[in-house]
Amino acid sequence: MSAIRIGNLHKSYGATPVLRGVDLEVAAGEVVCVIGPSGSGKSTLLACLNGLEPFESGEVVVDGQHIGWGPERGGARQRVPERAMTLARRRIGIVFQAFNLFPHMTALGNVMEAPVQVLRRPRAAVEAEARALLARVGLAHKADAYPADLSGGQQQRVAIARALAMQPAVMLFDEVTSALDPELVGEVLAVMRKLAEEGMTMLVVTHEMGFARDVADRVVFMDAGLVVEQGPPAAVLGNPREPRTRSFLGRVLRPETQPA
Amino acid sequence: MDFEWDLFVDSLPTLARGALTTAELAASSIGIGLVIGLAGGLARVSGIAALNAAAILYVTLLRGVPLLVTLLFFYYGLPSLGLLLEAKVVAILALALTNGAYVTEIVRAGINAIDRGQMRAARSLGMGWGLAMRRIVLPQALRRVLPPIGNEAITLLKNTALVSVIAIPDLLRAGTDIMTWQANTFSPFAGVALMYLAMTLPLVWLVARLESRWRVA
Repeated sequence: MSAIRIGNLHKSYGATPVLRGVDLEVAAGEVVCVIGPSGSGKSTLLACLNGLEPFESGEVVVDGQHIGWGPERGGARQRVPERAMTLARRRIGIVFQAFNLFPHMTALGNVMEAPVQVLRRPRAAVEAEARALLARVGLAHKADAYPADLSGGQQQRVAIARALAMQPAVMLFDEVTSALDPELVGEVLAVMRKLAEEGMTMLVVTHEMGFARDVADRVVFMDAGLVVEQGPPAAVLGNPREPRTRSFLGRVLRPETQPA
Repeated sequence: MDFEWDLFVDSLPTLARGALTTAELAASSIGIGLVIGLAGGLARVSGIAALNAAAILYVTLLRGVPLLVTLLFFYYGLPSLGLLLEAKVVAILALALTNGAYVTEIVRAGINAIDRGQMRAARSLGMGWGLAMRRIVLPQALRRVLPPIGNEAITLLKNTALVSVIAIPDLLRAGTDIMTWQANTFSPFAGVALMYLAMTLPLVWLVARLESRWRVA
């Protein structure tokens, strides 16, 4: 069973269509990178996957839970109640471009918040796990630091630990290195690479072509609200079939990732 | 009319009793006003149209009418509705509702000033709207609005002086009473002024202390 199943997803902001019938599946344990020009709908797609953005039509199933619209019955779909969506989000980790750490809590507090408040688990057990998670992202020594005292790369690693604390079935990454200074990008990508190696199901919207090439099982190229092309990284990045993919890659690829 | 030192000193015990009433009125109205304001602010951002409309109507009415008028309206109007309340209760009602209207708008502005990403992050971790509001958004918003809320509290404390028009023996009323009985002198008002000042200073201090204690992010 796929961890994420998206079928004919349509979404618009007012009169402007953003997603125009997206189909995409992600298998459990698979790492899929979504690339494409700005405005192609990549980030909106992620926001639809955890129900933060409502969408007009289509089927989204994450970890067996319907998001947005329920299963089709007699040709019609019912909206998934907000309460069910809130429950479903527990199993869907998301990391944002802007980190969005809680500034009034320490790094440890950020990681502990959801397991304690949402899952109502005992503090002591959660704290032990949270410290282990911070160690996993290389920030055991920053447990008591507030977000304002952390670098962008450190904040983003805390944000990853915070999402992992809910033991999600899938992890969504929304351009998580785009707001970082270049020298801080590597530390965040290293954490994500490790996560991928450990078998986490990941859907990664990114501009990091090197990461997509090395880590992804599959690369998806989106443009103008549609999946244009997808396949193994070597194929999509190294030998794209579609002219739109070729023109995009020609614009963004740095020399070291230039197709041979 | 000269300043009469003896009269000033003699008036202090009477004034102190009035000050106690003023403090009582101010403390209860500030407390109730904060609760109303918090509820009103949450109603404004709840996304529930009926709650939002009710809050807007409330704020518009209470903020648009002079407190003195609200006070007199309640004092003379409520009995005709069959509500016979003690003058002090009427005063607290008028003061707290007016204060609550201003606090509603302050709380709303404070919540809206918090980056939307905070609510998104909280919701994405499986928090419901209420939990996300209570744990993530409100703590940040309330820190930011502490100074304007402190201002409102001080304004309210001073506005309690208006209640003397509905025959409540507050600090100002104590002063005017002394003036009427004692040879028409202004001397007791020095005591009145000092006592209002003495009551606002702890409020100023309290707000400053809360502000420095709560780390503003």
